[in-house]
Amino acid sequence: MQPAAAFASLEELVRQIPDGASITVPVDGAGVALAATLALIRRGARGLNLITAPNSGLQADLLIGAGCVAAIETAGVTFGEYGGAPRFVDAVRRGTITVKDTTCPAVFAQLQAAEKGQPFTTLRGILGTDLLANRPDWAVIDNPFLPGDKVVALPAMRADIALFHAPMADAEGNVWIGRRRELLTMAHAAKTTLVTVEEVRDGSFLDDEQLAAGTIPAMYLGAVAEAKRGATPLGLAGRYGVDDGFLRDYVELARSEAGFARMLDRLMGAARAAAE
Amino acid sequence: MSDIAYTTKELLISVIAPLLAGCRHVACGASSPIPGSAALLTRMRSHGQMRVTVLGSQKNNFFTNGNGELFDVAGTGRLDTFFLGGGQIDGQANINLVGAGGTYPRNDVRWPGSFGSAYLYFVVPKVILFREEHTRRVFVPKVDFISAPGVSEPGIYRPGGPRHLVTNLALFDFDPARVRFVLKSVHPGHSVEEVLDNTGFDFDRPDVVPETPAPDAATLAALRGTIRREIAETYPRFAETAFAA
Repeated sequence: MQPAAAFASLEELVRQIPDGASITVPVDGAGVALAATLALIRRGARGLNLITAPNSGLQADLLIGAGCVAAIETAGVTFGEYGGAPRFVDAVRRGTITVKDTTCPAVFAQLQAAEKGQPFTTLRGILGTDLLANRPDWAVIDNPFLPGDKVVALPAMRADIALFHAPMADAEGNVWIGRRRELLTMAHAAKTTLVTVEEVRDGSFLDDEQLAAGTIPAMYLGAVAEAKRGATPLGLAGRYGVDDGFLRDYVELARSEAGFARMLDRLMGAARAAAE
Repeated sequence: MSDIAYTTKELLISVIAPLLAGCRHVACGASSPIPGSAALLTRMRSHGQMRVTVLGSQKNNFFTNGNGELFDVAGTGRLDTFFLGGGQIDGQANINLVGAGGTYPRNDVRWPGSFGSAYLYFVVPKVILFREEHTRRVFVPKVDFISAPGVSEPGIYRPGGPRHLVTNLALFDFDPARVRFVLKSVHPGHSVEEVLDNTGFDFDRPDVVPETPAPDAATLAALRGTIRREIAETYPRFAETAFAA
């Protein structure tokens, strides 16, 4: 039998995220580790370098509002139809966090470069944008195979940690993510990956041809913690939907710091109740 | 023409739908129920020739390689049409999804971010700009931040770009050679003067600007039946309110 991933409690899992760490997180609804995010806020994390793959909503807004974030690299932070991300917008305007604006395919391309162990990658587009003008860490180079053909060079994105939530792990700590294969790329690209899951099942997903293709092997995972409804109040495809009422209240109330504190308390209270 | 009453959203769907005719694959991003409905309507009329990707949908999203697959599909020429908007759009079709006023990054108004625009605007052959609000706040002489440029210098790889602009007031084409919008039609109940008053940049127009045709009875029946049901899967609240009867 192969070495298994380490199973951990939520608190043990977030202790593996030191202050100042760079963390990749997925899009709202694609498996956001919201319960772990609350545990991270309870731990009082500071100075995180948050990288959204490629955009975020509630998770980024909570971490920013709770003072955990020094910098965010993102293609967008929004609550979609519910409205703008209040703590993100406030922090950007006040200059209390550093923002590195990017574009979705750049993030994916940089993660793919990292998972291959390559130093950089190139991407079409982006030329002539103010994204490029504000990214001294990006470069414009000549296509070596077609001189004069300019392309944007982007450094590999090797985060300290990838953090996400998935439907299930097996007894060996392999994690099934199904078609959400950006999670697989994130896990490959990061130095280590911390995952929460709805449930832990007996046996090995790798013994089942249908499950194996959608599975992240335990080798990539630093810790796996069980967290039932671990994405709520966000949804998890095939399991549960978003808490519509919460998100509607949040975008309104979290425009003030006091309102944000109340919404955070509401989530913490619900998390405590779920743990008991 | 039809004398059946219709909603503004039904009109906009019926304005966008013909722009998609002949496309093999149309994709609509997040928070795009009107483009999504137009794509589903055109698919229905395509007799099985057109594929539609509605981001956020389960039924109308066939991607199995994660969120990044949309960009890979676009980069390899498998996506004909995409929709983009902007907090600001200028007369050269530059779009700004980042922020306005003040100095970046500390803009007075901060929007979510550029998402995939900086890439899709270059590689998708037909990008349709869609913004319901038609005011000088949106349609500015020059955007404060270029999330994606309307045109590129010669020699830059750019098979794609803006082709049309649809708003609550009018339909424009974009002429990439002249780097200008051309007013094609003004929606019923609105005037060329209203469009001029509410647009902060110059654009071309014919001597006589046609009125946008109202949706016909068959279109309205399709919207209020099949399309309402199909779009409700992703946008339930929109489906409840956007359609008459």
